[in-house]
Amino acid sequence: MAATLAPERTNLADAFDDDTAAHLAELEARTIYILREAYARVSPLGMLWSIGKDSNALLWMARKAFFGRVPFPLIQLDTGMELPEVYAFRDEIVPAWGLDLRVEHCPPEEDMDQTLPPATRAAARKTVGLRNALARDKYRGVMVGIRRDEQATRAKERVFSPRALDGAWDFRNQPPEFWDQYKTDFPDGVHVRIHPLLHWSEIDIWRYTKAEGIPVVPLYFARDGERYRSLGEKNITFPVASDAATIDEIIAELMVTKVSERAGRTMDKETEDSFERLRSSGYM
Amino acid sequence: MTIRLNPMKIVVVGHVDHGKSTLIGRLLHDTGSLPDGKLEELTAMAERRGMPLEWSFVLDAFQAERDQAITIDTTQINFESDARPYVIIDAPGHREFLKNMVSGAASADAAVLVVDVAEGVREQSRRHAFLLRLLGLSQVVVAVNKMDLVGHDEARFRAVEAEVRAYLAEIGLSPDAVVPVAARAGENLASRAETMPWWDGPTLVAALDALAPLAPPLERPLRLPIQDVYKFDERRILVGRVEAGSFRVGDELVFSPSNRRARVRTIESWNAPVAKLEARAGEVVGFTLDEQIFAERGDVASHEASAPKLTNVFRATLFWLAERPLVVGDTLKLKVGPDEANVTVEAIENAIDTQTLGRAPTDAVGHNEVAEVVLRTREMLSLDDHRANPAGGRFVLVDGFDTVAGGVVSTEGYPDQREAMRVKGTNLYEVDHLLTAQGRAFRNGHRGGVIWMTGLSGAGKSTLAMRVEQRLFAKGYQAFVLDGDNVRKGLNADLGFSPDDRAENIRRVGEVAALFAEAGVIVITAFISPYRSDRDRARSAAGEAFHEVHVAADLATCEGRDPKGLYKRARAGEIGEFTGISAPYEPPEAPELVVDTSKQAIEACVDAIVAHVDARLAVRARAVGA
Ligand SMILES: Nc1nc2c(ncn2[C@@H]2O[C@H](COP(=O)(O)OP(=O)(O)O)[C@@H](O)[C@H]2O)c(=O)[nH]1
Repeated sequence: MAATLAPERTNLADAFDDDTAAHLAELEARTIYILREAYARVSPLGMLWSIGKDSNALLWMARKAFFGRVPFPLIQLDTGMELPEVYAFRDEIVPAWGLDLRVEHCPPEEDMDQTLPPATRAAARKTVGLRNALARDKYRGVMVGIRRDEQATRAKERVFSPRALDGAWDFRNQPPEFWDQYKTDFPDGVHVRIHPLLHWSEIDIWRYTKAEGIPVVPLYFARDGERYRSLGEKNITFPVASDAATIDEIIAELMVTKVSERAGRTMDKETEDSFERLRSSGYM
Repeated sequence: MTIRLNPMKIVVVGHVDHGKSTLIGRLLHDTGSLPDGKLEELTAMAERRGMPLEWSFVLDAFQAERDQAITIDTTQINFESDARPYVIIDAPGHREFLKNMVSGAASADAAVLVVDVAEGVREQSRRHAFLLRLLGLSQVVVAVNKMDLVGHDEARFRAVEAEVRAYLAEIGLSPDAVVPVAARAGENLASRAETMPWWDGPTLVAALDALAPLAPPLERPLRLPIQDVYKFDERRILVGRVEAGSFRVGDELVFSPSNRRARVRTIESWNAPVAKLEARAGEVVGFTLDEQIFAERGDVASHEASAPKLTNVFRATLFWLAERPLVVGDTLKLKVGPDEANVTVEAIENAIDTQTLGRAPTDAVGHNEVAEVVLRTREMLSLDDHRANPAGGRFVLVDGFDTVAGGVVSTEGYPDQREAMRVKGTNLYEVDHLLTAQGRAFRNGHRGGVIWMTGLSGAGKSTLAMRVEQRLFAKGYQAFVLDGDNVRKGLNADLGFSPDDRAENIRRVGEVAALFAEAGVIVITAFISPYRSDRDRARSAAGEAFHEVHVAADLATCEGRDPKGLYKRARAGEIGEFTGISAPYEPPEAPELVVDTSKQAIEACVDAIVAHVDARLAVRARAVGA
């Protein structure tokens, strides 16, 4: 496989021009600050790991923040429907990086709200899986690698975003968040979603991945004129037409594309508000 | 199109209907940042509805597209000039504007203040500008909008420009540019308007392009608040973000408030090609020390010569976001960087009217109001004046689970308690006296003691002290007055009247008074001694022998007496930091005795104090008036 598990020691400053390196260093510093705040203030704490490029970058920064260790469990919400390359990548990384991985098997699709469109239903399985993990392991906080630029409703998120036990997100009444003072006090029955990557863009992630030599699932790179831009379940995620076979080519492609990142995901297009419904009921 | 990095973050604020949404919509169009077909779509929609195209539809459409029926909170709108990309981090017109504006504006690099030329500066123009300032934003570009409504007249523009500049100057902001625009027609936004040939200044975009992105404050003294301490292996790593300044391996750091010191042994990182030897403002770091001193989350590391101030009471200007009012006596959680402490609202000094900038005394701070308050904590805090070091001088208040206020610290008027906290001469050993306190008391017929009078200038402390001394002496007590005159000339001749010097003055008086008391003398002090912390220290120096007497005449009475003409001069601004006028007086919480010279005759006050001494310090009865 294409993943390199022992990347060359790199330096942001060597990989890019000064401006880019400074920008990435600023983004990274912010993420590490948030990771450390979460670790200092929220316990028990876990991190969702989808094994995609964003959560890999996040995991990488966690290793930086905690000097090589990841001092909290990773939670994989497994529908059993990921592409085989994803599982292979996972099984290689976990022992190599000494990760405490907890695989959460999501309930079957038949148990989902049947009024949701089919692909959205698949995503709903993860919502329920997360809810089960929360209830069982009593997490007070889960870190999730979502970004503001990914999807419209995510633009509204706070870095520390409190949720009721059922995962519900009260987007109408969000806490003020300024001067890097995050909401870290909650009544019982509330947990917090922590979003350390909110301020990154898709292209930032790729530049950082390149600069740091972070391993990624090879499906992101084009084979036979197609590549995955976003990794989801195999029945609901499809590759996009592309010849980008290296990170540099991906970055070049992103600089001209007008196609949205989640274009390969059916769920987002099913109904106008399906993503919103998902999110307000606890999806990532 | 190239995607450049590092977008500059801006907020657009201003009074309702002054054209914020129009300006944003038009700016997106004029910089070619609208998606293909968007304009045609909006034009068609306007035609269908039989109304002219409004540029604010662009925002509405964004909103509708993104959010369906949901009230938008913080949103991001990107546009790009030839020079750099921008992101507008808060869209105007929200219901709970203030709460959202502070969330967005606090992280902005710059703000655009939109003012309608026909209406001039209005309520929200002022309020928003005031809050921007409070949030620490210093780069502002003013767009004087709707120039078409006044025939593109230069005189009208200059009049509004003068009005805006005057208000901004009063709150300490100097706009980087004030630009005449007509947002709807795109005049002077991205391109120069032919309609205003008299204008030789920049377009709005050019004015924004000229601004600098915020740079971390490298030139300021080091401030490194400790976020956490890790012991994953044999290393004990302290982590935090360098908020200001820089440090190097080998530097001696002092940790506040504990005042402990150690040298930086290493700067730690993971997967770095070379070991770091220096860390600078904006970086998150981990480091180890040469000595295992106790340090914890919330401590602030700095260099010795430029350490933050230590205090447990300070003034602040805050904005209050909660529905319920803030009142004196409220206890809330204070967060300054990673530090947390419970604070009590000791006083609400003034409400600030953001319109007139007038200050008026108030009992309560209402929803979305701004006020000046005095906050007190139990433990010592390390703080900076927000003007000197923003990150160490701003805080939020948490009530229960919610953030209810943000504020900035002013360290004026309260002394630095660092010197006083330090245990000096650590290798001095006290020599045991062979004489006991009882022996002295038996010889004198009374114990030694400190009669510590505190009160405003003009309250009558000196008069009372001299009378009490005279009466006690007549009754056979060993009594002596320490006052400003006999102390300032010698012992404290090196001290001035700054808060720090005053604190030191009182500290020395406290120590000397304690020695007198130990020698068996009843020492009477007559100092304003306005700060509770200073008096508490004097009390701990003298221990049981300390008797605090509050000479409690009210301010009006004292000012009426004004024996030395000091109040008049203070009111005239000739004397700065004058207690009661421009510096605080903190009345004792539990004094041993209170006398009120505005209600009681001097003789009655003297009687009360002498009676207290008789009751508490005499070891054998003494003839009255002997
Ligand atoms: N005459 C004129 N009207 C304008 C201009 N810019 C905005 N307006 C109008 O002012 C009104 C309020 O504008 P809007 O952008 O919604 O204001 P907001 O509340 O500050 O966002 C709308 O009717 C706009 O068409 C301008 O340059 N000239």
